Amino acid sequence: MNFGIISFPGSNCDWDLYYAIKDELNESCKMISSDETNLDEFDVILIPGGFSYGDYLRSGAIGSLASAMQAVKKIAKEGKIIIGICNGFQILTESNLLPGSLMVNEQPEFISKWQNLKVENNQTIFSNKFKKNQIVKMPIAHGEGNYYCDEETLKELESNHQIVFRYEDNPNGSVNDIAGITNKEGNILGMMPHPERAVETILGGIDGLTLFQSLKNTNSEVIK
Amino acid sequence: MYLAKVIVTKKASILDPQGETIKNALQNLDFKKIDDVKQGSYFEVKIDADNQEKADQITNSICKELLVNQNMESYKFSLEEV
Amino acid sequence: MIEEKMKYSPEDIKTKKLYLDMGLTQEEYDIISKKLLNRLPNYTEIGLYSGMWSEHCSYKNSKPVLKKFWTDGSRVIQGPGEGAGVLDIGDDQAIVFKAESHNHPSFVEPYEGAATGVGGIIRDIFSMGAKPIASLDSLRFGSLTNTKNKYLLNKVVAGIAGYGNCIGIPTVGGEIEFDDSYNGNPLVNVMCIGLMNQADIKQGKATGNNNSIIYVGAKTGRDGINGASFASSQFSENEDNDRSAVQVGDPFMEKLLVDACLEINRDFSDDLVGIQDMGAAGLVSSSAEMAAKDNSGIKINLDLVPQRELGMSPYEIMLSESQERMLLCVKDGAEQNILDVFKKYNLEAVIIGKVNENSQYCLTMNDQVVCDIPTRSLVDDVPTYTHELVKPERLINPDTSFDFEVENPYETLNNLLSQPTISSKKSVYQQYDSRVQTNTVVDSGSDAAVVRIRGTKKALAMTTDCNSNYVYLDPYQGGQIAVAEAARNIIASGGTPIGITNCLNFGNPDNSESYFELEESVKGISDVCQKIDAPVIGGNVSLYNETDDHSIKPTPMIGMVGLIEDNKNIITQDAKGSDELVYLIGDTFDDYSGSEIQKMLVNKITGELNHFDVNQEINNQELVKDVIKKSLVKSVHDLSEGGLGVALTELLQKNELGFKGQVDLTKKQLFSETQSRFLISIDSAKQSEFEAIMKNSANLIGKTNDIELVDLELSDGKLLGNMMDLKKSWEEGLTCLMK
Repeated sequence: MNFGIISFPGSNCDWDLYYAIKDELNESCKMISSDETNLDEFDVILIPGGFSYGDYLRSGAIGSLASAMQAVKKIAKEGKIIIGICNGFQILTESNLLPGSLMVNEQPEFISKWQNLKVENNQTIFSNKFKKNQIVKMPIAHGEGNYYCDEETLKELESNHQIVFRYEDNPNGSVNDIAGITNKEGNILGMMPHPERAVETILGGIDGLTLFQSLKNTNSEVIK
Repeated sequence: MYLAKVIVTKKASILDPQGETIKNALQNLDFKKIDDVKQGSYFEVKIDADNQEKADQITNSICKELLVNQNMESYKFSLEEV
Repeated sequence: MIEEKMKYSPEDIKTKKLYLDMGLTQEEYDIISKKLLNRLPNYTEIGLYSGMWSEHCSYKNSKPVLKKFWTDGSRVIQGPGEGAGVLDIGDDQAIVFKAESHNHPSFVEPYEGAATGVGGIIRDIFSMGAKPIASLDSLRFGSLTNTKNKYLLNKVVAGIAGYGNCIGIPTVGGEIEFDDSYNGNPLVNVMCIGLMNQADIKQGKATGNNNSIIYVGAKTGRDGINGASFASSQFSENEDNDRSAVQVGDPFMEKLLVDACLEINRDFSDDLVGIQDMGAAGLVSSSAEMAAKDNSGIKINLDLVPQRELGMSPYEIMLSESQERMLLCVKDGAEQNILDVFKKYNLEAVIIGKVNENSQYCLTMNDQVVCDIPTRSLVDDVPTYTHELVKPERLINPDTSFDFEVENPYETLNNLLSQPTISSKKSVYQQYDSRVQTNTVVDSGSDAAVVRIRGTKKALAMTTDCNSNYVYLDPYQGGQIAVAEAARNIIASGGTPIGITNCLNFGNPDNSESYFELEESVKGISDVCQKIDAPVIGGNVSLYNETDDHSIKPTPMIGMVGLIEDNKNIITQDAKGSDELVYLIGDTFDDYSGSEIQKMLVNKITGELNHFDVNQEINNQELVKDVIKKSLVKSVHDLSEGGLGVALTELLQKNELGFKGQVDLTKKQLFSETQSRFLISIDSAKQSEFEAIMKNSANLIGKTNDIELVDLELSDGKLLGNMMDLKKSWEEGLTCLMK
């Protein structure tokens, strides 16, 4: 599989993702400038964490205007796989590729720790190597990870099984303990926890690697 | 009852990295005529005061004591009776 | 006001003695005008001298003491004097580290003060050519019963988090201590560690006729003008209104600067002659220091310096401490390569001047020369001062009257665990991104943080340490202990200490007692460094830490780095499960002077330090190193503040274990802070092998279990009680006080 990682000015988890994909998942991987306009060569686009453009104005707001995000919209429509992690998730909501938005944490402080998550839906291309309701562990590190959407959207997310991960012991006030969601078509994932930080035993866990391995699982199917 | 509308911005001599970054983003969006952007915060505060003068006094106090970091920020406000 | 001052002629400066307001003495002014220039300096020139000759830039008061540091050692590639020191870690790689204080700015404006402290030390690291890989923060505040101190703690932590998290350098550790002597004068010391290939080392140097001086980064504004001489004077409560504009950090800009400068160093290393951060005393210190290294001349056109505000004077431009700015010296003809890289990162970079061979430091503005003085006079001709040393009364006739009784050791321990200096700092370090860059193996909350070196089996252990109570009671021994304890932290994590940096936070050097404390603790630090082969490769001095003549406790903060050759030897402080055998390594005496129990019981630090033997310390450390290397241990924890009781709780709390055992110590000794001790837990299958190495140095005191009860038989009583309650006190101590 061809992975591409979009590096925005201010991204700081871009190289972490690169090492995770290249050294641990053993797939080909390329860094992409946020000025790039054509992403057709890639099967999977990763939008990394960090503070794109300093996260000034609103987290992800300026990042969502980059040329590469226009290209992401195009290939997303073609069904290519898109994953936004942390700031990447914020960029995806600001780009309207995913519903809702990420607000300042309920306790308005940055929070960085290992976090338990429940695999809510293991029928997605991102989670098929997990068991349903499995408790997995990944680091979180964010100040604005409090997922919010209106009642109607929330109902839709629930009924379409778009919620992939829920927090155990909600750390940031997200509605319905939402930690990660897909779009309706199931080819775009946004999540606040950092799977790329959980890919080696020495770093404290490998549940993140399992997420990336799901992408390679030949049986995987885009959910309806 | 008075409504105070308070606008807080960075003092002129203080670096405003947020404003600077937003300006660049706007220029990149082809708003070439954008010359300067300052980011600040805006508050609406309802004050139960007997007269305008008192409301004025209270607004100044809350600005100095909490809303404004006087090391770095300046503020202005308007008052209207509601 | 400053424009007004610009109207002052050289004669006005002399007759009105304006230089005194800028922090220069009469003697210094006479040296400048009579010896160095043979004429009267103008306003800009005298301003530059005041910045460059401040303690903060010149170390004129501390230099004679700093010379006493041991700076040799086989790994040293670069000792003190550059932006940061460099150590060889093998495989053609090197590490760079340094610590810096930002005490005064953090008191005036805690969020930005702390944030810009982080930004400043990061620039010191990448200007050496290294990628910053971790940072630590050593913080000290007054008592939390005071709301102002709560505010300072909250804001300082938020500032560190705001900057460090954004720029993507993991904040992996540090320490926080509370003591009334820091009321009105908190300490914010930041340490940063970088990694590089030895071939990439760069120096802050401007040399070579006609080479260009390039300015890059944020525009220059009127922020922090002459902060260097500001930092070199005492705080006064009345100074509240006399603030020079606060510096605001922009971590986004700095992230771009790091990436761009490292790319230039990688791709255009031959074109880059030198690079330095514009730190204290801004543009003048960076340019003058770079040029003085080779006694070069330099000519800068101030009209070309990017400015954020209109109408800035030469004095303001040169002494502004606006953040996120770097100065480069680039080979003539190669400028475009460098400018192109900066352009790619959307950074403003400008050629502002040229190097020449006339050894003069020359500035022009509006086609007029505004400064023309010998380059070296700014940097090398600063007079140094030795001070009188007076041993403080408390050391000559120490008050040894402190004594106490422990009725119920469980209750006493429970109270001690909730003391702010001892209790868990989780609520603080949880705000720091400690895992970005995905190399962090052990983060805050263990004895030392551990960061692995990608692509190798190696890892680095790092810690900051200083017990100011000990230094206060005995500056020499306190200095020794600061290094010894840092080394114990490194050893307990599986590493070997390879070098230190420091922040020497002291009171006014004109106070002979403060100077005595400085001199003695430097000796203590240096002596232990030499014994354990951990040279001093850099550091920072912060004097004048006093508010209204009330001095802080002497606080020589030690930042130490250790090397772990094989990451399978990385070890943490928590017992991993039940049925592990727990050993106490090292002897315990009645050492309560400067201890946390003393502070808790009488809120006063008195007495003499006893029983520290550096050879015993080294012996114990070597034994622990050996058993770790042989993979005989499950956990290692060093004993420090609070003694055995606290260490045992910390050993058990993470995995919520219980403990049953017996030790030949009194109830009081449970809280003794005798140095050179460790707690180790091992798998019982390793008992004979472990004891064969340890012999008499290890004392088996019990076994972990899973019944959540601590049960330790003492010679005159028993420590008995619920483990979960101890854990709760320890975990909630700080958060309760912050409410």
